[in-house]
Amino acid sequence: MSFIEFRKTLKKFGELTVLQDVDLSIDQGEVVVLVGPSGSGKSTLLRCINGLETISGGDLIVDGLSVKGGNRQLREIRQEAGMVFQQFNLFPQMTALQNVALGPRKVRGVAKAEAMRQAEDMLAKVGLSDKGGHYPSELSGGQQQRVAIARALAVKPKVMLFDEPTSALDPELKQEVLNVMLQLAKEGMTMVVVTHEMSFAKQVGTRLIFMEHGKIAVDGNPRDVIDNPPNPRMKDFLSHVE
Amino acid sequence: MQVDWSIIPGFIPQLIEGAKVTIYITVLGLIGGIIIGLIAGLMRAYGGKIINAIAFTYIELIRGTPIVVQVMFLYFALPVLANIRIDPMSAAILAIMVNAGAYIAEIVRGAFLSISKGLTEAGLAIGMPHWKVLVYIVGPLAFRRLIPPLGNQFIVSLKDTSLFIVIGVGELTRTGQEIMAANFRAVEIWTAVAICYLILTGTMTIALRFIEKRMRIL
Ligand SMILES: Nc1ncnc2c1ncn2[C@@H]1O[C@H](COP(=O)(O)OP(=O)(O)OP(=O)(O)O)[C@@H](O)[C@H]1O
Ligand SMILES: [Mg+2]
Repeated sequence: MSFIEFRKTLKKFGELTVLQDVDLSIDQGEVVVLVGPSGSGKSTLLRCINGLETISGGDLIVDGLSVKGGNRQLREIRQEAGMVFQQFNLFPQMTALQNVALGPRKVRGVAKAEAMRQAEDMLAKVGLSDKGGHYPSELSGGQQQRVAIARALAVKPKVMLFDEPTSALDPELKQEVLNVMLQLAKEGMTMVVVTHEMSFAKQVGTRLIFMEHGKIAVDGNPRDVIDNPPNPRMKDFLSHVE
Repeated sequence: MQVDWSIIPGFIPQLIEGAKVTIYITVLGLIGGIIIGLIAGLMRAYGGKIINAIAFTYIELIRGTPIVVQVMFLYFALPVLANIRIDPMSAAILAIMVNAGAYIAEIVRGAFLSISKGLTEAGLAIGMPHWKVLVYIVGPLAFRRLIPPLGNQFIVSLKDTSLFIVIGVGELTRTGQEIMAANFRAVEIWTAVAICYLILTGTMTIALRFIEKRMRIL
C-alpha cells in the first residue's frame, strides 16, 4: 500500500463537485508538485489529506489510516502530515520559539524545557536561530513562513503539505523559503507542494500533477511534462505562470 | 427651599452602605454572568444545531425583555410557577447574572469568531484537539478583544442594579430614595447619589484601561 492513497475520493461543497473520484497514490520520498488553474481543487486535495476538509465519498488513506476513521485517528494523521499555509498562520501572541514548541508540548507531550530546546534546533534548521524571541509581527514574511515550516517540522511529520507557501511573499523573499524547501526535499522528506514555482518542480520534484476541474489531467515527470506539456490547457497554463 | 450642600456629609455613611450593596450585587452578578456568558457564547460559536438553538433562545429571551420585567418575574412569578421562593437580594443577583450572561454571550461569540480561521486550522494541522486549540490559541487572542466590550457591559450592569429598587433591595438608589423621603432634599441627595455612581463607574473604567494597556491588543 502507498503512503497516501486517494481511492475514488469525492469532495463536494454543497452542489459543487470540487474533487471528482480522484485516484492517486503517493509513496514515501516522493516530492509531488501540484499545479492547475485557480479553482481546480489543488488546495482542497491537499486539505483532504490532513482532514481540514471532510471528504464526501470514496476513501483516503494516510499511512494506513483512513481520514474517515474519527477524530482520534484524524489527529494521528495530522501529526504525520505537517501543513504550511499561504498566509503563514503563525500564532501572533507567541514568539517564534513558542510557536514551534507548541506542537511538541501539547500534542507529543514533550516537557517544556525539552520542547524549547528542540524548537531552537528547528529554528536553526530554517536559518532563524537568532529570531527565537521575536513575535511574528516583528518578522518579515519570508521569516514568518520559515517559522511556520519549523513549526510543522517540530511535530516530526512523515509528509509535509505546502499550499502556495511563497505566493504571499515579495519576489525577493520567495527564495529564502524555497531554499528551505529544497533542503527538505534533498533530505528525503515526502512532500506535496502546490506552487507556481516551476524551477522548484524541475529541481527537486519527482512528480508533477496538473489538475483541472477537480480531476488529475496530467501526472508525470516534472522535467518532461513542463518542457513538453501533453495537454494544450496545461501548455496554456504554464505560459501564464512563467 | 434653599440648596444646602452642607447636609450631605451627614448622609455619607448611609450612602456608603447603599454603595456596598450595589457593589455586592454587581460583583456576584457579573461573576455568574461571565460564567454563563462564556458557556452560552461558546455554545453559539461552536455548538451543533440544537446546542446553538438553546443558547440562541436564552439570549433572545433576555435581550428582548427589560431587566425590570426579568427581576419581577424571578421575584414574584417564580414562587407561583415553581414554588421557588427567593429573597430580594438573591433575585437581584440572579437577575444580573442571567441578564449580563446573555449580553456577554454575544460578546464572547463575537470575539471568538473574529479570530482568523487560519489560526484554528494551523492548530488543528499540528494535531491538537479542537478544545486545546480553543484554550491555547484562540481563547487568549479572543480574550484581548473581549475586554473593551466586556468593560462596557460591566458598567451597564452596575447601573442596572438601580432598577432593583422595584423589589426593595437596599442598594444605592434605594438609599437615596429613603433619605429623600425623610427630608425632601432632592437636589443635594440625587447629586450625591449620582456622584457615588460616577465614582464606581469611573473606577471600573480606569481599571479596564489599565488592563487594556497592559495587554497588547493583537
Ligand atoms: N469552504 C468552501 N466552501 C465552498 N466552496 C469552496 C470552499 N473551498 C473551496 N471552494 C470551492 O472549491 C473550488 C476549488 O477550490 P480550491 O481552493 O481547492 O482551488 P485551488 O485550485 O486551490 O485554487 P487557487 O489556485 O485559487 O488556490 C473552488 O471553486 C472554490 O470556490
Ligand atoms: Mg488554493
